[in-house]
Amino acid sequence: MQDVGSSANSANREFVAFRVGAQEFCIDIMGVREIRGWTPATPLPHAPAYVRGVINLRGAVLPIVDLAMRFGIGLTEPTARSVIIVVQVYQQVVGLLVDAVSDILTTSEASMQPTPDVASDLAKTFVKGVYAVEGRMISIVTLESVLPISAKAAA
Amino acid sequence: MTVDTMAAIRQTFFQECEEQLSEMELGLLAMDEGNADSETVNAVFRAVHSIKGGAGAFKLTALVQFAHTFETALDYVRSGKLHPSADVMKAMLRAADVLADLVAASRDGKEIDESSYAGVAADVKALTTVEGEEEVEEVIEFQPTVIDFGLPDVAPEPAAAPVHEYRVGFTPRPELYLNGNETVLIVRELSRLGNAEVSCDVSAVPDLDTIDPNGAYLSWNIKLSSEAPIEAVREVFEFVDGEAEISVEADGQPEVSDAAIAALLAQALGNAPPAEAEPAATETNSEEHVQPAPAPVEVIASETSAAPQVAEASKAVAVQTQTTIRVEFDRVDRLINLVGELVINQAMLSQRVIEANFAGSSSVIIGLEELEQLTREIQESVMAIRAQPVKPLFQRMSRIVREVADATGKQVRLKTDGEATEVDKTVVERLAEPLTHMIRNAVDHGIESPEERIAAGKSPEGNVRLSAAHRSGRIVIEISDDGAGINRPKVRASAIKKGLISPDAQLSDSDIDNLLFLPGFSTASTISNISGRGVGMDVVKRSILALGGRISISSRPGLGSTFSMSLPLTLAVLDGMAVSVAGQTLVVPLTAIVETLKPKKGEIHAIGADSRVMAIRNTFVPLIDVGTQMGFRDTPADPERSVAILVETGGGARNALLVDSIQDQRQVVIKSLEANYGTVEGIAAATILGDGRVALILDVDALVTGSFEEQLGGDVHYGTGG
Repeated sequence: MQDVGSSANSANREFVAFRVGAQEFCIDIMGVREIRGWTPATPLPHAPAYVRGVINLRGAVLPIVDLAMRFGIGLTEPTARSVIIVVQVYQQVVGLLVDAVSDILTTSEASMQPTPDVASDLAKTFVKGVYAVEGRMISIVTLESVLPISAKAAA
Repeated sequence: MTVDTMAAIRQTFFQECEEQLSEMELGLLAMDEGNADSETVNAVFRAVHSIKGGAGAFKLTALVQFAHTFETALDYVRSGKLHPSADVMKAMLRAADVLADLVAASRDGKEIDESSYAGVAADVKALTTVEGEEEVEEVIEFQPTVIDFGLPDVAPEPAAAPVHEYRVGFTPRPELYLNGNETVLIVRELSRLGNAEVSCDVSAVPDLDTIDPNGAYLSWNIKLSSEAPIEAVREVFEFVDGEAEISVEADGQPEVSDAAIAALLAQALGNAPPAEAEPAATETNSEEHVQPAPAPVEVIASETSAAPQVAEASKAVAVQTQTTIRVEFDRVDRLINLVGELVINQAMLSQRVIEANFAGSSSVIIGLEELEQLTREIQESVMAIRAQPVKPLFQRMSRIVREVADATGKQVRLKTDGEATEVDKTVVERLAEPLTHMIRNAVDHGIESPEERIAAGKSPEGNVRLSAAHRSGRIVIEISDDGAGINRPKVRASAIKKGLISPDAQLSDSDIDNLLFLPGFSTASTISNISGRGVGMDVVKRSILALGGRISISSRPGLGSTFSMSLPLTLAVLDGMAVSVAGQTLVVPLTAIVETLKPKKGEIHAIGADSRVMAIRNTFVPLIDVGTQMGFRDTPADPERSVAILVETGGGARNALLVDSIQDQRQVVIKSLEANYGTVEGIAAATILGDGRVALILDVDALVTGSFEEQLGGDVHYGTGG
């Protein structure tokens, strides 16, 4: 395990890269608890469309956020290759439904480029920067922004 | 010593204070009932003494002062100088309340104005000067250098009880001093038991140039005449056991009793075999110890003197020392969660085995059944860890009764029953407020004034009875008073005046009684300090319902009222009915369900655009289509191919929930939705089914009212009276 102090400043950070539709995104690996396959979720009443419901994660009730729906790309049709990335943001544990996990990136803070100035809501709300990796563009997702609005956060 | 460890010790002190206070209260209440035996009085005295001792270490002067006054009074009772009459006990109980307040204030770092309890302090002080003698002022903070055993003044006069002569030898080892014990305190404590003649043996003190400043050279011989049993004498040395050579011999008792006492001592120190087995064992012991020679008279004497003591002591031991450990609640909760997992996993495994067509293999099936049984037993045992007796809760109520009775000038006695009944810790905690409210009501509204009671031919002292019992997997708590009962005409008139019912409404007696639970109902003709601020029984009912409980009321004019609550034993599991709605499994809490019905043609009527009602025995109840309400489907279900579940909400309103079919009744483990998501309208919590999927538990009240604000939470606020 790397020394947290030094990694924050200069050196490399690791990201989990994944696909949503045709686009590539990544999140900081430190926020990822585990990656697991898709299991059907129990729908929640009165929930936003991007909340697919809840699943049982070893006894805890885990809400599933459909990232494609959240980003406004469209509803994900879960397949055998669909993946749930379990992330922890503050005290909340949430599963993110994505199409596939592609790889783990090791990159430095310095190589992050600002989000290109486009009109898309997706870019403005959920992306805090982009990486250029071997000709691909990978957007860095801010985890806080994708969370479902809970009564706790609203209070 | 660092601040942290100091804080930790302080915390431990206050934790222990809580235990001491409850011990004290229990003893005082027993004394109040007339059980002022020496064991009880001693227990109360010890509790107050320990609080005083600990408080002294933390320089909590006010607490020490008051505890000292209180302790002195208790000492008078202990030594027989003061008879624990009703008046004395009244003062004592009030002193106990003040002591509890002082402890709480010290813990929270608050100051309590001395004048607020000066009256009680003076009352208690007055008790010790009843016979005109001067109270012997003790030095509260002991100086280590003082070697003064001249305490004959404190020593009580030998009373009528048989006086034993004890020869006590006490030779401290250096460890005793190293551990901060003080011989003067022990000798002083000993002299409290009776008349002590103390002589110090200095023969072992070496010359000055060879003396080890950390050594222990002194020993004491004490001749004690006391009515206390020998174990009480031994108990004085409990704290220095192993740090000194201690011998206690009772004159006139042959050494056989020593063996019995040694056994007793071992028992008292905690490594005890079952108490019941003890008397028989000691008796055999004493027989074995009797050498062939002694005269038969002596054998009989030893047996008769030892056996009752043993019996008495073992009784006390059985009551007092149940070995316990302190465990953080987090750990228990983690264990409970894990066991919940185990239960789910076991259910999943069973399902998989059936799916895999292993069913033919009987050994697999038998193994599974055994696993299921074991899992259930583990679950029950783990739940039992969280279970706590309602005793502390009930004890707090006796104080409420005292306070309200004083404030209203009534005479009330609280009787409690079934204090050992256990229920989940959370239930106990969340019961405190509603119970307090109901006890206040019982004294304030239920019990009449002494004059009224005499006029009605009753004793001027009213009775409030608080009882708890387990009944068919639930705990039933009843509060009954022998007061005037519910004044039904007045309740009715009040309800009409407040527009809660129409003037020509036909109401049965129980209907009128239940009006008390309506929001904003208050019958007290004068708004008192104690209750009747408009927040009343409706709040109580709400919090009971929020706990998954039910409350009912029964009253007989002139004879009193009874409020009866039935609550689940735990909040971790729930009895529910699993139903299917639009392909989803939902759980309806069993407590809300009145009955289930199959709607027939013509029983469903439409009202307005999209509202429907169902006719049930000539009354129409709103029909709620769970599927559309939850957003699981857009078109309403066909009632004739569905099942209606008649439910009753907190407000007593009846509604019919329309679901596709009923699966079964089962006990489900409650899982929080809030932790990772948030509250969902109409959903109380979630659970995990045997197939590993999540199922939602309906919040019937919220579903029926359909509005978020109405949803019951734990944070229901009460008016605080008094």
